[in-house]
Amino acid sequence: MDARRGSLPVPRVRQVGFFTPNAPPAPTRSQSGPPNSSSPPLPESPASNSLSPVMIPPPRHHSDNLAAAPRPTSPLPVPEPSPFRRRGAHAGADNNAPLVGSYNPTETLLAMSPPATRSPSDSHAGDGESEVAMSGGWFRRSNSAKLASSLPSGTFDFSSVQSTAEALKPTKVQNRVGVSEASGRPAPKEQQPEAPSSSKQPKPKLTKAERRALQESQRAAKAATKASGGGKSVAASEEVTTVKSVKQHQTQKKDAPHVAVSVAASERKGGDKSQEKERRKDAPAPRMQFDDKSRVDKAKRRSVVDQTEARNRVELFRHLPQYEHGTQLADLESKFLQLDPMHPAIYKVGLQYLAGDISGGNARCIAMLQAFQQVIQDYSTPPEKTLQRDLTAKISSYVSFFTQCRPLSMSMGNAIRFLKNRIAKLPLSLSESESKSSICSDIDRFINEKIVLADRVIVQHASSKVKDGDVLLVYGSSCVVEMILLHSHELGKQFRVIVVDSRPKLEGKALLRRLVVKGVHCTYTHINAVSYVMHEVTKVFLGASSVLSNGTVYSRVGTACVAMVAHAFRVPVIICCEAYKFHERVQLDSICSNELGDPDAIGKVPGRMDVNYLDDVSNSVNLQLLNLMYDATPADYVSMIVTDYGMIPPTSVPVIVREYRRDHLLI
Amino acid sequence: MKEQTTRAMWWRSPSFILDNRQQQQPYDTARGDALSIPLSSPLPPSTTMADPNPNPNPNPLTDKISAYYQTRAAHHGVVSSDWLAQAQAAVGHLPEGDDDANTTDQGASSGKPFSVIDEFNNWRKQPDLAEAVAAIRALAAVIRNSQATTMMELEIELKKASDSLKSWDTTSISLTAGCDLFMRYVTRTSALEYEDFNSAKTRLIERAEKFGEISYKARKIIAMLSQDFIFDGCTILVHGFSRVVLEVLKTAAQSKKLFRVFCTEGRPDRTGLRLSNELAKLDVPVKLLIDSAVAYSMDEVDMVFVGADGVVESGGIINMMGTYQIALVAHSMNKPVYVAAESYKFARLYPLDQKDMGPALRPIEFGVPIPSKVEVETSARDYTPPQYLTLLFTDLGVLTPSVVSDELIQLYL
Repeated sequence: MDARRGSLPVPRVRQVGFFTPNAPPAPTRSQSGPPNSSSPPLPESPASNSLSPVMIPPPRHHSDNLAAAPRPTSPLPVPEPSPFRRRGAHAGADNNAPLVGSYNPTETLLAMSPPATRSPSDSHAGDGESEVAMSGGWFRRSNSAKLASSLPSGTFDFSSVQSTAEALKPTKVQNRVGVSEASGRPAPKEQQPEAPSSSKQPKPKLTKAERRALQESQRAAKAATKASGGGKSVAASEEVTTVKSVKQHQTQKKDAPHVAVSVAASERKGGDKSQEKERRKDAPAPRMQFDDKSRVDKAKRRSVVDQTEARNRVELFRHLPQYEHGTQLADLESKFLQLDPMHPAIYKVGLQYLAGDISGGNARCIAMLQAFQQVIQDYSTPPEKTLQRDLTAKISSYVSFFTQCRPLSMSMGNAIRFLKNRIAKLPLSLSESESKSSICSDIDRFINEKIVLADRVIVQHASSKVKDGDVLLVYGSSCVVEMILLHSHELGKQFRVIVVDSRPKLEGKALLRRLVVKGVHCTYTHINAVSYVMHEVTKVFLGASSVLSNGTVYSRVGTACVAMVAHAFRVPVIICCEAYKFHERVQLDSICSNELGDPDAIGKVPGRMDVNYLDDVSNSVNLQLLNLMYDATPADYVSMIVTDYGMIPPTSVPVIVREYRRDHLLI
Repeated sequence: MKEQTTRAMWWRSPSFILDNRQQQQPYDTARGDALSIPLSSPLPPSTTMADPNPNPNPNPLTDKISAYYQTRAAHHGVVSSDWLAQAQAAVGHLPEGDDDANTTDQGASSGKPFSVIDEFNNWRKQPDLAEAVAAIRALAAVIRNSQATTMMELEIELKKASDSLKSWDTTSISLTAGCDLFMRYVTRTSALEYEDFNSAKTRLIERAEKFGEISYKARKIIAMLSQDFIFDGCTILVHGFSRVVLEVLKTAAQSKKLFRVFCTEGRPDRTGLRLSNELAKLDVPVKLLIDSAVAYSMDEVDMVFVGADGVVESGGIINMMGTYQIALVAHSMNKPVYVAAESYKFARLYPLDQKDMGPALRPIEFGVPIPSKVEVETSARDYTPPQYLTLLFTDLGVLTPSVVSDELIQLYL
């Protein structure tokens, strides 16, 4: 274990500022050099051989799973774009598997799926709770792989089940063994378990791998209990547990007594565990850090969309994913038939995200929810599964598909959290069609109340602040700001609008057109001139992608600049944002969480050959292009936030988050 | 429980806000002529009712004088040399006052039909009773005198009464805020779901009286809370005449604290002079400054104490003209600015700048004729943004400005 840790790419000294990427030995995944000498580069390496099956990330898709999942030595299923990257993947994954296994990076945007399952809490009492969490965490993969996830043993460790099953002959377990037998690696010789020692022994500090093994064993125990029926269940499960755990640890470390002890312990305190789990589920999950090579590789292996990365990336933003745009569409289309579990509606929306056809926080959120609605309408629970768990798992896999197409916005994260909450809270007594229609109407209500009606209320509030003779400055194109301007214009207020825009998206032009058509007096300028026009402005109206609980406004890049200039000129800055976009996170800068756009978009000006000086040097190692999508405006620059709960100062965002949380549980 | 949760949800959903808005539309249009219509009794025609209620200022904007400042002037005119004795008597005889009120209520209901404006004016005669508290008491009397037989009827009646009170003086922030808060506090109770109408009504009356009591005691609570901030040997700058601030200083003087007060003159109605009179009676050393001497004397000052006409959602205050510049000067010299304000002054307003609120005008005497070509700024109050305030002393506790909005959200959402 320690040896593995030791082979991590150790010195993670991050250089601040801009520099040439091939200079330092720091882990850059775009590097094509040999990744790490201590890790064997080839897939069929001893390192991967020695890897326990527990460590294999269960792949996403049915077909993939059956073909490759339980066979760690076989090449990995997802097609590989370049052998170099692949090599890096293996090195990283194998070295870090114990660390990575505990956590599923692509899911982590959603607070529904924190690595909560790490705690050994599968007591029988907390069954439902733990199952939900399980389906949100790293076990979901195998759940979606149709391995009877409705049973607690859905996440069985295949290799070790084999022998256990033969020993005990539990009927149900055997079924599943049948599935996994073909691919399971030969189970190691059974070792005599040590007797479960007293539960008083202090719980030792477990490594992640051990914890994981422990959990597997508990699950197995439960399955066995179920299988062998009432009579000898306790004893049997106990036995199975210890046997299994020992077996697993053979591949890593012999640690049987600890495992047995903590199994007993976990069985003792089921109650407070589930509470703790609830709490953890509430905590926001960490985001994927794209400069962590091993995790990236891991995610890539599972991913459907092949995103090729840009070459030269700015060091400060290395943790964010940056993809070459425009290459994946055809790729994805060709793969359509392979991806049978993907619903066409999801696929369509994902492609639209990818191509940039749907943009804007509300539009993206509504499109996603409507796609989910279609999925739910077409959904039928597979046999031996429950709707709650299977559907949550499905939605999580769809969400990760969306994430690969384009990183989720925080508002989408909130909507997904709402949806999962609704599904999890469905009463078990409902029939399938009732549950489906209930979820669909919940989604409708969410769209209607939290987006459509909320926008209308915001428009009412904000247009009360538009007075005759005002000069309003808007930046970019925000749909709610546009509604405010049009509504105020319809009310007959006399005002003028300055539309400030910026390269490369030039979203303001579309807004400008719609305003001019309606007869609003407009001025159009680029952000370069904002300090010049600001002196005549009386109010600044801005949209937001999200508002964080310290009052920071996370919005289209350039917003912070406009707000800062307005603040310097003592012009009130009014942020218009629906309350469902509020997020409990605190962020101080726009570096740690952001989205990178297509770097070529800033390097090139379409249709202007004479200024495209970068055409021939865009591949130079000396050139790094940074196209940030969002920035964070500090609360100091914000005078007021208009939301569906009224006009509030930025300091009151946490209150709304608190209230809103409570009520979207209730809705 | 279920009902309650759904109800809470309903209150919170934005659709409720919309519905409410739509419901209010007819009121707003109807309010113009309903200005002086007394409520709660559908029997008498409104014209006869309006007569005993000579509205002191039906349309403040045309008169160019804010009704709010008129009433204030009238009130402070009552403050004579024996103001304190009177006030003391009023405090001491509170139960009797209540009895009087009850008898007048009964008289009103038996003799002539009950009118909320009458009731309000009755209460306003008590010299140290704030306008909002008078309104709260009057609204409580509305519930007590109501002949409604269903909860819905009662609620509508109450709503109408509060609307007529609010329209009685649209420039008074505390009156509007007090009525709104009363409605929220009283009607937001599970009592409305009781089966029995009478028990529900009693519950409402209980809550209404409790709210009136809280509002009445607010000044005392604030005076107690602020004592920790006044230390021996400090110099306090006050602006305008605020009964809360006077109460604070009085309590400090009575607890033998040694401090000095700088009073601004408080042009145009010279409220500072009045305050300095009161303080001199308490043997507090007072120095009178003209309004423009604030910056000159700020270096001697340890803290600034002001009252407020209204506390707005941003945490800023709306107060007598001049508060903003005093706060600016104090801020630039790093002196704390304390605001004493009762919680019924918390209003759901959010002014973005000085001009972003309903005007309250007040004539200014210059002593010499002003040429007609010269324009005079007659606004009576200004808005002080929250970043220039240090703390707010309210009956909810000592708050930073940002908490005001939190309290308001919790009250209204």
